[in-house]
Amino acid sequence: MNITLEIQRYNPETDGEPRYQTFDVTVDPTDRVLDALMEISRNQDGTLVFRKSCAHGVCGSDAMRINGKERLACKTLVQDVAEADGATVRIEPLRHLPVQRDLMVDQSEFFARFRAVKPFFIAGSEVDEKEYRQSPEERALFDDATKCINCSACYSACPVLEKNPKFLGPAAIVQAARFVFDSRDKGLEARLGILDTPNGVWPCENHFECTRVCPREIKITKLINLTKREIKKYREARGEQTAEPKEDTQ
Amino acid sequence: MTHEFDAVIVGAGGAGLYAALEASKTARTAVVSKLYPTRSHTGAAQGGIGAALGNVDEDNPEWHAFDTVKGGDYLVDQNAARILADEAVQAVYDLENRGLPFSRTPEGKIDQRRFGGHTRNFGEAPVHRSCYAADRTGNMILQTLYQQCIKNDVHFFDEFHVVEVIMDGTRAAGIVTFELATGEIHVFKAKAIMFATGGFGRMFKITSNAHANTGDGPALLARAGIPLEDMEFYQFHPTGIRGMGILITEGVRGEGGILKNRSGERFMERYAPTLLDLAPRDMVSRAIMTEIQEGRGMRGDRQIDDWVMLDASHLGREKVYAKIPDIADFCKTYLAVDPAEQPMPVQPTAHYAMGGIPTNVDGQVCTADTVYEGLYAAGECACVSVHGANRLGTNSLVDLIVFGRRAGKHIAEFVRHAPQPTLPADAGKAARERIATLKKTRGAHPGPLYKQMQDIMMSKVGVYRNEPQMKEAVAEINALRQEFANVRVQDGSENYNQEVLGILELENLLDLSLVTAATALNRTESRGGHSREDYPERDDANWLKHSMATLRGGDVAIGYKAVDTSIWEPKPRTY
Repeated sequence: MNITLEIQRYNPETDGEPRYQTFDVTVDPTDRVLDALMEISRNQDGTLVFRKSCAHGVCGSDAMRINGKERLACKTLVQDVAEADGATVRIEPLRHLPVQRDLMVDQSEFFARFRAVKPFFIAGSEVDEKEYRQSPEERALFDDATKCINCSACYSACPVLEKNPKFLGPAAIVQAARFVFDSRDKGLEARLGILDTPNGVWPCENHFECTRVCPREIKITKLINLTKREIKKYREARGEQTAEPKEDTQ
Repeated sequence: MTHEFDAVIVGAGGAGLYAALEASKTARTAVVSKLYPTRSHTGAAQGGIGAALGNVDEDNPEWHAFDTVKGGDYLVDQNAARILADEAVQAVYDLENRGLPFSRTPEGKIDQRRFGGHTRNFGEAPVHRSCYAADRTGNMILQTLYQQCIKNDVHFFDEFHVVEVIMDGTRAAGIVTFELATGEIHVFKAKAIMFATGGFGRMFKITSNAHANTGDGPALLARAGIPLEDMEFYQFHPTGIRGMGILITEGVRGEGGILKNRSGERFMERYAPTLLDLAPRDMVSRAIMTEIQEGRGMRGDRQIDDWVMLDASHLGREKVYAKIPDIADFCKTYLAVDPAEQPMPVQPTAHYAMGGIPTNVDGQVCTADTVYEGLYAAGECACVSVHGANRLGTNSLVDLIVFGRRAGKHIAEFVRHAPQPTLPADAGKAARERIATLKKTRGAHPGPLYKQMQDIMMSKVGVYRNEPQMKEAVAEINALRQEFANVRVQDGSENYNQEVLGILELENLLDLSLVTAATALNRTESRGGHSREDYPERDDANWLKHSMATLRGGDVAIGYKAVDTSIWEPKPRTY
């Protein structure tokens, strides 16, 4: 089928502001949007730039907005976004991160927040024998959070980050949850300095946009709420207040 | 710009990160990667990491080592295989102790599943040896190691592409890199340089490999005159998603999945009566291609792009979604197939390079008579050799962890006494000129060359090989290399010039394609993943030896190195 890709172009070194450029490509309906982008960069316009690597939705390189929704270009088939021959598909970079060029965004701030939650195992005890013992049920409690690939789709889709750029953001909280709900890890306290602050977990307003766009189908909003609950539980047990702003308390 | 470190590690997959963790204990260590962190292809490994923990079945590292040697069709260096199997056990515990979320047995231990070629008591029956985290084990290893690197403040240079190694005789002195963000050339000077750049499956049309898997380390060492080992041995994984090559883990068959031809026959019964669908990958891929060539593929037209079916529907929905959730997701996304209900269309997909940069068991790059001081390699880009002529499933992750760690430890010790090398005054000049020339050349756009290379390698240096086709492949790849000399860059920008990066990667793939085709043409026997229609038998009298291939312009000079067979005598390989 023939489709038109309408792609946001911007090179801060030469362009005053972003513009849209259209490319006509011939593709199979079951091709990936990434295949269509590569057809352009290899055979039509070598100046179009975007990130890519695994091409099957596990490395997280090619998150972008496709027809306004955050998706991985390699996990989106043309037929998912182009209803018929001649359709136009609009492709834009992620939001809330500076555009480096065309569809490439600077993820430095995203990764800075990832690092801030101490996204590494903080052991609570000595190893039981050779390995820590953990039941399949305990393992299942944090399974969803282990699926994150740091693609930034949720970060781009989050309406709270739109009005409060200092919000920690959904992905970093998912990383924290991955450890907070791991029975072997005892690092909740060490992570409270970032999670239980006015811009930590509390600004989330349950818009569910992160959950809607996550290409790994992680129930992100649920994990954020569970993390909030865990923090409240921890504070209550010690007779302490959380940093949740009062006016937002329900 | 010039940077100085004790150790520079190129590549941020499993081997590179593990080495960085070890090296950084004593050495000022930098990790230079052309990708952002956690994007490396270790993250795509699915089914597990083999280690004889014995959590589910009785097991023994000696059995694992033997399976590795036999699986590799006796081209494996046997003491290296012992080290691999012995150290795998502690390596898996170390990962678990650092938080890796392995799936669990009912008693809360690390769970294990069956995998191809892994057996109890020297071949009696399949054994549960693969430690796994659902079907994203590699991703969990990558995440865990990256988390540990953050904790230990390892210094990363993200999106720096390596273009040249600087040698002072047989001593490594530094590397030259291209920074994607600025287009600048950066020179790194270090006492120890390690390559952990991964595979090069992108030379083939149908591959499970990432776009980034372009063999950067082996290619630039080959251009520096360092020989590459056993490059003719390339693994085709039997079960890639039809047409796309996306990997369907062997774990599907480990959990009970069955391969079927067009008449619904479980054809592996005819090829491997004991291990059936869990025979080693080379045998299963050949069985599939034979079924296809004899008209029993699903389309039945005997073309190499025909396919067979992998059926897991009898496992039940609960097991499919608990044990192989990502596979279910891929099948639904790319095929509109739910594996809990329908079989998956599969065909062999280019997956893993057994060959690569020759190293000893400490990761030092070496030939039979030379150790390159300060130069290291580990992971898929290296050849220890623990995979021989065919790698067993799960052993890639074992290799990364065991030999990435060993290389890192050796580096940590080496840099304590080694002096800083000196670099030539013009370090980086050649790379700067090269990129400037690319932007001035008025030749053809390189786009079509990728496709031609991938078509040639897939159809002429694939699962089954023969002399006339490989001779054509060598000539045609060399012709593409000639054309490549005149390619043009359309993008004149300095910042984020992906086109320059793509051309540098294509050059690496073309050079490695030539070495692969030439060494495959040279080896007149069938062994493991190298299967010749014109020489169908293994020939130990003449070919029980490693190839050592040196790239010399358009020619490949081939020498040999002995195989360590000190533990098990080579025997015919049946399953």
